[in-house]
Parts: sequence; C-alpha cells; structure tokens
Amino acid sequence: MAKDDNSGKDLAAADSSGVGHEGAPAGTAVVVRDAVANPGFPPHRPRVTDLDPSAERRAERTVYTLFYLSIVGSVFAIAAYMAFPIVPEDPGSVRMNNLFIGLGLTLALMAIGIGAVHWGKALMFDHEGIDERHPVRGSDETRTRAVEIFQEAGSESGIGRRTLIRNSLIGALIAFPLPAVVLFRGLGPQDDNPAALLSHTMWKKGTRLALDPTGTPIKASDITLGSAFHVIPEGLQDLEHGRLEEKGKAAVLLMRLKPEDLNELPERKGWSYDGIVAYSKICTHVGCPVALYEQQTHHLLCPCHQSQFDVSNHCEVIFGPAKRPLPQLPIAVDSEGYLIAQSDFTEPVGPSFWERN
Amino acid sequence: MTTINKPKSAGRRKSGRRHPLSSVALIAIGLLFTGGAYAAFSTSTANAETSATSQQTIGEGKKLFAANCATCHGLAAQGTGSGPSLIGVGAASVDFQVGTGRMPLQMDGPQAQKKAVQFTDEQIATLAAYVSSLAPGPGLPDSNLLDAKGNSAKGAELFRINCAMCHNVAGAGGALTQGKFAPSLDGVTSKHIYEAMVTGPQSMPVFNDMNISPESKRDIITYLKYLENNPSPGGYALGSLGPVSEGLFLWIFGLGAIVALTVWITARSN
Amino acid sequence: MSTTTTTTELVETKKSGGLTAVAANYIDERTSISTAVKELGRKIFPDHWSFLLGEVALYSFVIILLSGSFLTFFFSASMAPVQYDGSYVPLKGVEMSAAMSSSLDISFDIRGGLLMRQVHHWAALLFVAAIGLHMLRIYFTGAFRKPRELNWVIGFILFILAMAEGFTGYSLPDDLLSGNGLRIIDGMVKGIPLVGTWISYLLFGGEFPGEAIVGRLYSLHILLLPAIIVALIAMHLLFVVVHKHTQYPGAGRTNQNVVGYPVLPVYAAKAGGFFFIVFGVVMLMASLFTINPIWNYGPYDPSPVSAGTQPDWYIGFADGALRLIPPGLEFVWLDHTFSVNILIPLVSLGLFILVVLIYPFIEAWVTGDKREHHILDRPRNAPTRTAIGAAGVTFYAALWTTASSDIIATHFSVTMEGVIHTMQFLTIVGPFIAFFIAKRVCLALQKKDREIVLHGYESGRIVRLPGGEYIEVHQPIDEYERWKLVSYSDYKPLMIRPNAQGKITTGQKVRAGMSRWFFEDRIEPVGNAELEQAHTDRH
Repeated sequence: MAKDDNSGKDLAAADSSGVGHEGAPAGTAVVVRDAVANPGFPPHRPRVTDLDPSAERRAERTVYTLFYLSIVGSVFAIAAYMAFPIVPEDPGSVRMNNLFIGLGLTLALMAIGIGAVHWGKALMFDHEGIDERHPVRGSDETRTRAVEIFQEAGSESGIGRRTLIRNSLIGALIAFPLPAVVLFRGLGPQDDNPAALLSHTMWKKGTRLALDPTGTPIKASDITLGSAFHVIPEGLQDLEHGRLEEKGKAAVLLMRLKPEDLNELPERKGWSYDGIVAYSKICTHVGCPVALYEQQTHHLLCPCHQSQFDVSNHCEVIFGPAKRPLPQLPIAVDSEGYLIAQSDFTEPVGPSFWERN
Repeated sequence: MTTINKPKSAGRRKSGRRHPLSSVALIAIGLLFTGGAYAAFSTSTANAETSATSQQTIGEGKKLFAANCATCHGLAAQGTGSGPSLIGVGAASVDFQVGTGRMPLQMDGPQAQKKAVQFTDEQIATLAAYVSSLAPGPGLPDSNLLDAKGNSAKGAELFRINCAMCHNVAGAGGALTQGKFAPSLDGVTSKHIYEAMVTGPQSMPVFNDMNISPESKRDIITYLKYLENNPSPGGYALGSLGPVSEGLFLWIFGLGAIVALTVWITARSN
Repeated sequence: MSTTTTTTELVETKKSGGLTAVAANYIDERTSISTAVKELGRKIFPDHWSFLLGEVALYSFVIILLSGSFLTFFFSASMAPVQYDGSYVPLKGVEMSAAMSSSLDISFDIRGGLLMRQVHHWAALLFVAAIGLHMLRIYFTGAFRKPRELNWVIGFILFILAMAEGFTGYSLPDDLLSGNGLRIIDGMVKGIPLVGTWISYLLFGGEFPGEAIVGRLYSLHILLLPAIIVALIAMHLLFVVVHKHTQYPGAGRTNQNVVGYPVLPVYAAKAGGFFFIVFGVVMLMASLFTINPIWNYGPYDPSPVSAGTQPDWYIGFADGALRLIPPGLEFVWLDHTFSVNILIPLVSLGLFILVVLIYPFIEAWVTGDKREHHILDRPRNAPTRTAIGAAGVTFYAALWTTASSDIIATHFSVTMEGVIHTMQFLTIVGPFIAFFIAKRVCLALQKKDREIVLHGYESGRIVRLPGGEYIEVHQPIDEYERWKLVSYSDYKPLMIRPNAQGKITTGQKVRAGMSRWFFEDRIEPVGNAELEQAHTDRH
C-alpha cells in the first residue's frame, strides 16, 4: 500500500492534535498549515451560589428537603403496600396497589436523584479539571519487553520446535468440544423425523369437524351463509399429550359461500359441500392463524404480515408475503349430517420448510 | 354432494339401519328438522313482534323506509345496484345498522361508519317492524341475554377464538383489507354487540346460534362489559394497541423525559 | 516510603479519622484499594448531555437486574398445563401453562408484583432504546474512530444481545401475543435452507410449540445472556477508562487532554443521582401506564390471534421486513423449497447488521488515518458519514414503521395495502433521499459556519450608511466560539498512485472511489490567512 496518502505534502506542519501517533500516518487528512490557534480555556464564570450566600443556603435547603422528601416517598410506598391490599377478583384493587406503591417509590427515587444532581451542580466545587491523555499503545520499551516475554516463553516451552506436541494439542483442542455439539442433538426427541411430522395432521378420513374450543361436532345445516366457524378435529380436546402441537397443524376455518361464488379447481371438485369450504388456518408464510374472514369479499387476512387469501379462488394469495394458497381440507357429510374430513390435508400445512416439495 | 364413507360410519354406529338410501333420508330429515326449527324460532320471534306492533307501526315504518332507505334498497326493500336486499335480514339487522348510525349511509367509502344516530328509538322500531314484516329474520335479542352477568372466562375464550383476530383481544379494533376495519368495541351497547354477531354486518361473518349459542353470546358480552367497566390494573392502557403504542410511548415520553433530564443535569448551574 | 513514616501517618490518621480511617486501613491492607482510588478518584469526565445516554442504558440494565431478580422468585418456567385459579375473573378455570399462570399470579395476587413486572418491561424497552440512541451519538460524532473501534464492536454486540434478552423475556409468559411471536420465529427458522427444519425441531424440542421452549428461553434469559452482557459491559467500561472519554471540540480542549469534572465528587453526585432519576422515570411509567397486559392476551393457543400482533419495538424492524416482501417469492427447485420471502429479510438484515458492525473499519480504511481521535466531530463536519448514517436510520425507520402498517391504516384511515406499497417504496428510495438531503444540509451548515467565522453573526440591526445605503451589522464572533467552528479534521480524496511494483490494484481503485465519494465536496476549515483577509475587508 502507499506509504503516505498525502505524498507528504500537507503533513509537513505536523498537526495540532498529535497524541499517540508519533509517526502514525494521517492518511488523506489535510493538516492546515496556518490553522487558527486554540485560544485556551475561556474565563471561569462563577455561579449564583458562589456569589450570593443566600442562594447557596437556598440550594442547600432544596437539597436536604429533597432527601427528606425521598424518605417520605419510601414510607408512603410501605404504607401504600399495607393500605391498598389486593382484594381477590377485584382488578381495581390491583390498580390502586400498583399506582400508589409505584408513586411512593417514584418520589423516593426521583427525590434522591434530583437532590444529588442539584447538590453536584449548585454546591460542589465547579471548576473543571484537566487530565492528560497518553497514547493507548504501550511504550516502545513495554512492547519490546512483551515480545521478549513471548519469545522466552516460546523457547522455554519449545512450542516452536516441538511441532508434534503443538499440532497434537491443537487437534485435541479442536476435537474436545465436538461431543458437546453432539449432546445438543438431545434437544429434540431422538427418533422422529421433523419433516415427516410436519407432513401429517390429526385429520383423517371420517374425522368430524368440531367447534373450537368446545369440541362439539358441526352439522352442515348449522352453517348459514356468511358464517365462519373455527374448527378443530373431533377428539383433539381429549388428547392426553400434544394437544397444542396437533392444534397448531389441524386448526381449520370453515366458511359457507354461495356455491356460485366458489371458483373451484377441477381436481378439487367434491372437496366442498354445498358451498361450505374448509381451509387450514395456519398461514403458509410463517404460521400465524389466518382467521380474519371478510364475508362479503370472501378474503382472508393474516393479521401478522397481512397476507391475503381469496377463499372464492381456492385461497390463492392476492397480497402480502405468502406464496402458497392455504391448504384445503376435503370435507363431506356423514350419515348423521355431521361434517367430516374426507382425508388428511393433501399437503403439509403451515410455513414452508426445506424438505417440503 | 359428497357422500363417501357413509355406509361405513353409519354401519358402525347404528347397526340396524343398512338401507343404502337410509343415510340420504336421514340427512334430509336432519336438514328439514334443523331448518324448520330455525325457521320456527325466527318466525316465533317475528310473530311475537308482529303481534306487539300493530299494522299501523308497520305502515309508518314503510313510510319512513320509502323516504330514507328506498333510494338504495328499493321501494320494496328488494335491493338495487347501490344497496342490498333487506328481505329476511330481520329486525336485529335494522336495529344495529340504524341504531349505531351506520345507516342511512352518509357517503361512499370502504365501509359504513358509526356516526350520530339519525332516527329516534321509536322510528327505528317502526323501521325494524316494517323490515321484519317482509320476511322472517333474526329478531331483537332477549334482554336477559344482554345483562352481562354470564361467565366472563368462557366469554373471553370465545372472544379470543372468534373475534380477537379482527377486533383485537381487548376489543380495540383492527385493520382489514382495502381500508376496511373492525371497529373498537369500547362503548358499544350489549344489544348492538349481540345484533352484530347474529347478523354479520358488512365484512363481519355471521355467528349464528349453532356456532355461538345465545348463552355464549351473553358470555362474550359479559367479557366485553368486564373490560369496559374495569380499567386496566396496570394503569392507563395506551389504547390497548399492544407493543406499537408501548414502544412509541417509551421513545417519545420515556426516553424524551430522560433526555430532557440529561440536558438539565449537564447544563451549567448559574 | 519508609516504614517509620507510614506508621506515624497511620497513628495520626487513627487519631483524627477514627472508625472510617481504621476501616479504610483495614480494607486497603487487604485489597490495595487506595491505588484504585488514586487512579480513578479524580479521573476527569467531560460533561455533555449526550454522554449520559450510555449511562441510561447501563442504569436500565441495573433496574432490569433488580426487578428481574424479584420476578424469578415467583415465576415458574414450565409449560405444564394447569387450570388457572387466581384472581383475574375472565381467565378463571381456563387451562394454561404454569408459566402463564404464575405470570398472572405475579400480576394479580402479589402486592407490587404487577409493578415489578411493569418496571421490568418498561426498563427493557428503555434499555434497548437507550443503547440505540447512544449508538447514534457515537456514530454521528465519529467516536468510533481509533482507538475505539473495538469498543464500538463490543457495544454493537451488546445491542444485539439486548434484543435477544428482550425477545426471550417477551416470550416467557407464554401468552397469546408472545406465542404468536414464537410461531413467527418458528416459521422464519423453518425457511432457512437445509438446516431450518432441524433447528426448529431442536429449538422447540419437537414440534411447535412443544413443552420445552419456555424453560429453554428462561435459561438463556436469566443465565446465559445476562452473564455475557455483564462481561461485555465490564469490558466496554474498562475500555472507556483506558481510552478516557472523548470530548466535543471547545476552547482549551485538545486531543491530548480531557476537560471536565472529577469522578469524586461532582461526577459521582451527578451520575449517581442520574441512576435514581432514570429509575424514578421508569417507576413512574410502571405505576401509571400498562405494559404487556397478558391478562388480555390470554394463554397461547395456536388457533386464536389478536389484531395488532406485533413484537416489542426493537424487533419491529425484522417484522417490518417480513411484511414488505411482495407475493410470490418462494419456489421449489430440486425437490426442495426455497423460501425467498423469508431469506430476503434474513439476508438483508444480516448484511445491514454486518455493515454497521464493521463501519469503523471501513471508514478507517477509506481515510487511511491511523491517528488517535479524542475530539469528536460535529456531525456537519463529516458530511458523508452523517449522510450514510441518515440513510441507515431511514432504512431502519422504514422497516420499523412497516411493522405497524395495520395500526397506521386504522389510525390514519388509509388502506393497509397502500401503507405497505408506500413503505416498500420508502425502504428502497428513502435512504437515497435521506443521504442526499443530509449531505446537502451538512455542507450548507459548514458554509454557514465559515460565514460566521469570517463575517460574524447577523445581528438583525440595520444601519443606514451616510451614502444612503442600508446594511445589516454583523456581530463578530469571539475566539472561543470561533475555535469550535474551525477546529475539525479535514480529509481530501485519495489520489491513485501505483504501488512499488508499478501497479494499481483493484483495492486501491475501490478505496480511491470511496474516498472520492466521501470527500470530493469537502469544505475546508477556515485558516488564519482567510481570517486575516476577512478582517481587513471588514475595515
């Protein structure tokens, strides 16, 4: 690299601010030869409290009054703790408790703070001091000694000569954390394949559609035009384990449109029932529940990142960052009039993942 | 119609009925029954009202309708290009739309907005009577469903599942597509909340009694009234808008106050 | 010092000082604390309001530690389902995790518990905000220049760690809002090619949400992250002591001195008092304003969601980046899904963070300046740096604003789609506009400074000369004020010259290009000659 970016032209005058870089290149900095000189410190201006003894006494009074006030605040906070107990089932009592303990503590803290600062500003000696700066780098002598120490240590241990020892040590140090990495495999269950888990939900042929959260099965006739039902598979609430995990994949939104408003894909004819359609509620973007159904436009909106899906057009994306349409759950009606799933979803629900294809 | 696995499930559950058409018959019966029950329920409400309101009221309602609503909804409420048909929407719908000032519509926009109510309570009642006389539809809710004395915990859970995604968990409202929005529920009367659930005004889906039972609707109202009557225990709620208003408040007022104080601390005392 | 004198001195102090002296002697004989007092007790700290921003961050962290310790005594980091049976009626009997239930108990059944929760959360928001503002101060005044580049890196890592602390804490109550936040994180992680699915699987201990995540985040939140933060803060402060604080240009101040108040007593009184003031402000916010009302959100359940689901402000920029992506950016190739709609935000934010992290080294390379800098730049005197900063701030602000697109839509009666489209435009074009405006403003201000130095202030007094001409009287500026306006480091663009082999390397060309971009329209500080000239002209 160039030795000196300025070709040394402007640097002749050295500079006005030369700490710690005797010989440190100034790069492309321009050092003005006829720079205006630093005029030195302006004259000190005394404060009112320095000149007027009554002002000084007043300031003193303010400071100790504030400290006493802080004690009042602390006592008030303790008193409020006792005077405003929390009455079970009464949120108003929590509000009072929070408010008055808080205000007491605020006073206690603020008064100490303002008092101390006022003391420092108005009463303490206010002439500014000056510290010298020294270059951050160690002195040449120190640095030479440091290098020597390393050289001595190197020759005394022989780390430079005994290469086998050195290299095997480096190898050992690299190898020893590896078991720890392996140990972290245990963060997830050992014998499951995540991609396979993501590809299935609780829905299977014949599972009834049930109301969230009660689990009551839904009849096709219950669903009037313009309705939106939040649906879970029947039996979900009875699961011992994994209820939320299953719900996170199986949650469905059920809507009824006029059959003529539905523009169904040819391969999905028969997935709906008399204008009733069921779509996964889990956004194909990053997994928020897409549940904002506008019954007039038949649009579904995700409140997290504003992806919009058109229910009348097999839930294709019309706005927002999502790419894939919401997966449709094929539904039918069983002999008792209840809505049932024809099968599981035919594709993984929720956010995309690498193994998905 | 899809009827794929009926024989199997029917066979398993009710072993005596194996005729292939039995399931179809059953559905038909089921549909008829529920539909009929619903119709009966609706008409009984309507009937009750009709009997309570005289033919004269309906006549007055018709006049009011012709003067104020017919331009968009048509003289016989059959609907026109600029307004939907009101046949079968029921008294609940009229009471909600007119009672919250949304109707008559003031101007075109993404959605009808709440504004000063244009009619007296009597006028609204006559309008409702007229519209519900055209065809049965959801009637006005029973006052014991509006007393806000249900189970607020159940109501809150249902609210979170069915309502919070649009109206926000604290009922503060939220955005929909194309400039539409779900309004704040703060200060909305129990009756109007109930009517909105039953009728599904504008973008809002319908929540019929099979989806959320009248008792559950009462629970939801109980929860909303609980929120309204119990100010946040933590202090002023900053609009209940969540982290956005909290962050904005912190930056502007919290950090703003602290920066102002730093200026005081480092200013020279005079 | 001889033994005899020490003994006599000791005896004397014993007589005069009493208990304090005995105690001090006792401690010093065992710790050598007098050395520390001698070195640090009268250390000078310059006084300026913007130098207190880092302290705000430090103090909020102390407040967070204090209030957080209180909360750990009551919080149960378990996702085991329990039935809530506390005081808050609208959740009674609802099934939720022990984490949520214990957070509700802290809020509703422990006196002062809600206050501590709110103190903790407000202080957390303040912590990150104060770090952000502190970093902006450092950046715009050039305080990251040699010898402080490494301290900038440490500080920036602290910023990232503070966000991590914030996010892990936000997720602990296992409420609906934070649960959906975790769901989004899960979705983003799954979008990472090759390893995403597995990372998510390991993170959540199986499928989302699992029963492990709260406990794991808790370990990070109260153990690992705070330990790293404390260690880095110690390093950060150690460097401040080693480097001594920077100071603004001013009369009498040079690169070789530091002017201000000594630690004992003035600085201790002000900084110590300031801790209580910051604590007081946080306490006031906690007593008057609700933050994170988990009782409204209810327990996490994958099916519900609330309108206005947003992260805390410091994660907003990432959420905004996700919202800005136009539809359709995802494809399947070679049997694998490439979630470009997630990778674009991840990669561009990663790059943004990287550029901010290494900025001091970039600028040092461009200027080639290897000198130590202890006098701060006024932002106008480094126009290109200031303009780059303005562009960065605009980019961040645009992402941040987008995270509240839905709330903007409802509160300003505009369409959400319109907000997103506007923000897409602003995110890309806004930084360029900001760069241009900031640079022009800086240059204009520099010109104004020159004008003032050479001709004085406009006094507003109009005088009519004997010839009938009207002029405005200019008030000359005193030499102390003048010094602030003329003392700044000035660089000129690098000239490309061949190296020893007679070649011009690509690196050299890039550097020259950057240097030209930085300094081509520089405005020189006023020199003596010019000043003399102006002076003569005036008479």
